[in-house]
Amino acid sequence: MNYELRVNPIACDGHGMCAELLPEIIELDPWGYPILVSTSVPRSLLDHAKRAAAACPTLALLVNKAR
Amino acid sequence: MAAGHGGPAGYTVTELALLTDRQPDLGLPRLLAGISYYDVAGLRDHEQQYGPLPLWGTSGRRRPGRLIDVVDASGLTGRGGAGFPTGRKMRSVASGPGAAVVVANGAEGEPASCKDRLLLTRLPHLVLDGITLAAHAVGAREAYLCLHGQETELLNALDEALAQRSRAGLDPVPIQLTGIPGRYVASEQSSIVQYLNGGPAKPTFSPPRPHQRGVHGRPTLVNNVETLAHLALIARFGDRWFRGIGPPSAPGSTLVTVSGAVRRPGVYEIEMGTPAGQVVTLAGGAAERPAALLVGGYFGAWLPARAAWPVPMSHAALKAAGGAMGAGMVIVLPVSSCGLAETARVVRYLADENAGQCGPCMFGLPALADAMADLAYQGGRGRALERVASLAGLVAGRGACRHPDGAVQLVRSALRAFESDARWHDHRGPCPGVARAPLLPVPGDADWD
Repeated sequence: MNYELRVNPIACDGHGMCAELLPEIIELDPWGYPILVSTSVPRSLLDHAKRAAAACPTLALLVNKAR
Repeated sequence: MAAGHGGPAGYTVTELALLTDRQPDLGLPRLLAGISYYDVAGLRDHEQQYGPLPLWGTSGRRRPGRLIDVVDASGLTGRGGAGFPTGRKMRSVASGPGAAVVVANGAEGEPASCKDRLLLTRLPHLVLDGITLAAHAVGAREAYLCLHGQETELLNALDEALAQRSRAGLDPVPIQLTGIPGRYVASEQSSIVQYLNGGPAKPTFSPPRPHQRGVHGRPTLVNNVETLAHLALIARFGDRWFRGIGPPSAPGSTLVTVSGAVRRPGVYEIEMGTPAGQVVTLAGGAAERPAALLVGGYFGAWLPARAAWPVPMSHAALKAAGGAMGAGMVIVLPVSSCGLAETARVVRYLADENAGQCGPCMFGLPALADAMADLAYQGGRGRALERVASLAGLVAGRGACRHPDGAVQLVRSALRAFESDARWHDHRGPCPGVARAPLLPVPGDADWD
C-alpha cells in the first residue's frame, strides 16, 4: 500500500510543526508554509508522516492511501 | 430533409435535426447568427433565428441520456477556459446520487474577455435554452445563472427574458438569477458553489469537486454560458452539424475577444483551429507592428508574434506552443510597448485579487509582483530576473485553486517571449516602452470603468 502526502493550503496557517516532525519530506518556504519535496511517503517514514499529520494544529496535513 | 443539406461534403445532420424544422447552416456565424446591431434578441427573434427550443422527453430518442450522448459525440469542450469535454462532465453529474444542480457561469472574471457578456446581453435565450436543456439532460431540479452582482442592468434584462420564457412555459426547472461578488477568483467554479451554499465566493479545497458534491451537497454541473449556448444549438441541429467545422480533435466554433493594437477590437466567432494570426486579421489586422500576442488572457501566455501567427486556436495546439487557449482572448502587443511592464501591472492585479486563503498565494504573489515591477521599472543591477524566476518556482502549484499557477504561467511566458528585453531591463534598466500608456485592461486603473 502506498501513501501520499497533501497539504490543504486553505487550512494551513504555517505553524511549521510538519517540517519539524518530517524534515525528510517537508521544507518551509520563506513565509513559513510547507513545501512537499515529494508527495509519496516511503514506508520507512509512514509513522513519522502520520505523527506529523496528527500534530498539525489546523489538521492541514493529509496522509492518504494513494489511488 | 436533413441529408444532403449544403456544407462540406460528407457531413449530414443527425436525425436529431428532425426535432426542429430549421435548416441548419453549417458555416459561420453560428452562435452570433442571431445578433442584431442594436438590440437584444427577444424570444420571438430568437425562435425565428434558431428554431424553437427542442422538446426532450423521458423516453426513446428524446430521453435525457440521449442528449448527453449527442453532446459527447459532438466533441464540445468547455468554453470557460479549462476545455474539459462537456459530455463527459454531464455524464458524471447525471450518474451522481440524487437530483443534480446546474450552474451557468456568466461571471466572466477575465478583464480582457467580453464574450460571455455579449451572449448574455444580446442573445440571452441561447444561454437560457442551454441551461434548460442541460438541466433536463442531467436530471436537475435546481438551475442557477450567475453573473456579477454589480451588473444590475443586465440582471434586470435577464429577469425580463426569464419572465417571457415562463409565460411561454419554456423552463420546467426555474432558472434562478444570482449576482456574485465581482472579484477575480469569485468566478472560479468552486467559489460559485461555495457562494450558492451560503459561504464566501472563494475557492475551496478539493476533492470533493462540484460534479461530485456541489450546491446543497448535490452533484453540480458548472458550465460557462458560451458552452451552454453551443449546447442549445447542438440539441437542435445535432452532433454532426457541430463537427461540420473545426478540426476533428477540437470541433465547432468558439467566441474570441480580440483587443490591444488591432484596428477593430471586439468579439468574433471563429472556427476552432483558426490560426491566431488570422484571428488578428479578422479584427482588422494589427494597428502597429506586433511584438507578441497574449493568448488566453491573464491565465494564458505571451507568444512572440512571429511564432504565434500560425498556431491554431485550440487547447492542444496552443499548449504545445507554450501558450493556453483560456477563454479565447487574443491581445496584440505592439513593438512600442513593453511586455514586461504590461505583465508587471497584471501580476500586481492578480496578486491584489488573491482570495487571502492560501499562504503561498497570499505572500508569494505580492512578492512576485514586487519582483516583476522591479524588473520592469528598475532593473539595472542584474538581480531582478533571477529573483522573478525563483519566486515563480516557489508559488506554482501551491494554492487550493489555479490562481497562483495562472500568474506564474503568465510571468514565465513573458520571460520567454521577451527574453532579450528582460536581459536589457535586468542589466541596463527600463526600455523606452515602459513610458507608453498601459495596454492591458486592469480593473481599478483610472481608465477602467
